[in-house]
Amino acid sequence: MTGGSTTGDDGAKAPSSGPQEPRAAWPLWEVFVRSSRGLSHVHAGSLHAPDAQMAVRNARDLYTRRNEGVSLWVVPATSIVTSDPDSKDQFFESPQGKDYRHATYYTKSEGVKHL
Amino acid sequence: MTTTAIDAGSRVDEDTAGEQLFNELIAQDSRIEPRDWMPADYRKALTRQISQHAHSEIIGMQPEANWITRAPSLKRKAVLMAKVQDEAGHGLYLYSAAETLGTPRDKMTEDLIAGKARYSSIFNYPVRTWADIGAIGWLVDGAAICNQVPLCRASYGPYGRAMVRVCKEESFHQRQGFEILLELANGTPEQRAMAQDAVNRWYAPSLMMFGPPDEDSPNSQKSMEWKIKRFSNDELRSRFVGMMVEQVKVLGLELPDKEIRYNDETGRWEHGPLDWNEFKEVLAGRGPCNAQRMERRREAHEDGAWVREAAAAYAEKQALKYAQAA
Repeated sequence: MTGGSTTGDDGAKAPSSGPQEPRAAWPLWEVFVRSSRGLSHVHAGSLHAPDAQMAVRNARDLYTRRNEGVSLWVVPATSIVTSDPDSKDQFFESPQGKDYRHATYYTKSEGVKHL
Repeated sequence: MTTTAIDAGSRVDEDTAGEQLFNELIAQDSRIEPRDWMPADYRKALTRQISQHAHSEIIGMQPEANWITRAPSLKRKAVLMAKVQDEAGHGLYLYSAAETLGTPRDKMTEDLIAGKARYSSIFNYPVRTWADIGAIGWLVDGAAICNQVPLCRASYGPYGRAMVRVCKEESFHQRQGFEILLELANGTPEQRAMAQDAVNRWYAPSLMMFGPPDEDSPNSQKSMEWKIKRFSNDELRSRFVGMMVEQVKVLGLELPDKEIRYNDETGRWEHGPLDWNEFKEVLAGRGPCNAQRMERRREAHEDGAWVREAAAAYAEKQALKYAQAA
């Protein structure tokens, strides 16, 4: 698998209809930033770096120049496993039509306090 | 029927379904993501636009970096360094976005260095005095913001996301430029004259940053249909002129254009004629600093080769050690 495709949150594979891509000189890393204590790490973007240590340092310089983070994760883009974007309709079908999983489905209790 | 024919048939079906979904997403004002089907021309137009944008950020570091040693105080040096570092960051966000379309970053860098790729013509003008750093921040970054804010809603997801990040950081650039000019405008007569001179020289080039007039901009139409661009070149330029007209009053300086007026009928700001021949010349590589900028970029790339090679060799060695220990 080649790198170079995941600033989209949509999978680590190169676009199927895109031109063939030679192997990038430095691997691609996906960067996740925790903006403050109590919050999850959130995907911020990607970068190229020769190894993990450089990837963390570059991620700091690239994505936290204004105190945007208190913690960083870098993940080799090739290690990310994704759902198949071509079959997303079937794959995410199950919760469709199951409105009763949401509180808003239950309307008879409207006006009742603390419910 | 041969296997090849079946494959070809299913590919046609895939394309038809893909195109239908693409058109629906664009019509709904939704976003296109990297793995989605997209027309070849859409991919090509975006790759060109985003990579040119990235190159502009990278080349744009040069005129300002040249002034770090000459910035008048430690504070100004620190601010300018932060700004130049931001430009590098913006370039990298944009290269990442462009890569999602299938062109590797190394290829884009090669194209730039080989002179095959374009970047914004504005960076081919010389930065003569410290006041120019102020005028660049105020006018050039101001024009860039005007152009870039609507791009945050570009139909291609990764481009829009990169632009959100860029725009957040860009507003500091414009304010620091304004502040430099404001201090000079309220300084000695010489400083004031220097500020006015810088505004005089950067005004027209910054207006031309929005690109040729609508009637000479054949790609714009398609780009607006695809919702990459949201407003035409002239529309954005007019909006920018309207903002500058007000802001220049605070500076107590003048814009070098006697023909600026608000047209009640069209609801647009109008400005004097711009020298589009100059624009074409600079774009074609014959501007005052094109050769210098390209040479510096090549030199930096070649001088940095040993660092890239050493880092790659070290990473390889470490990986080998790790594998042997496991």
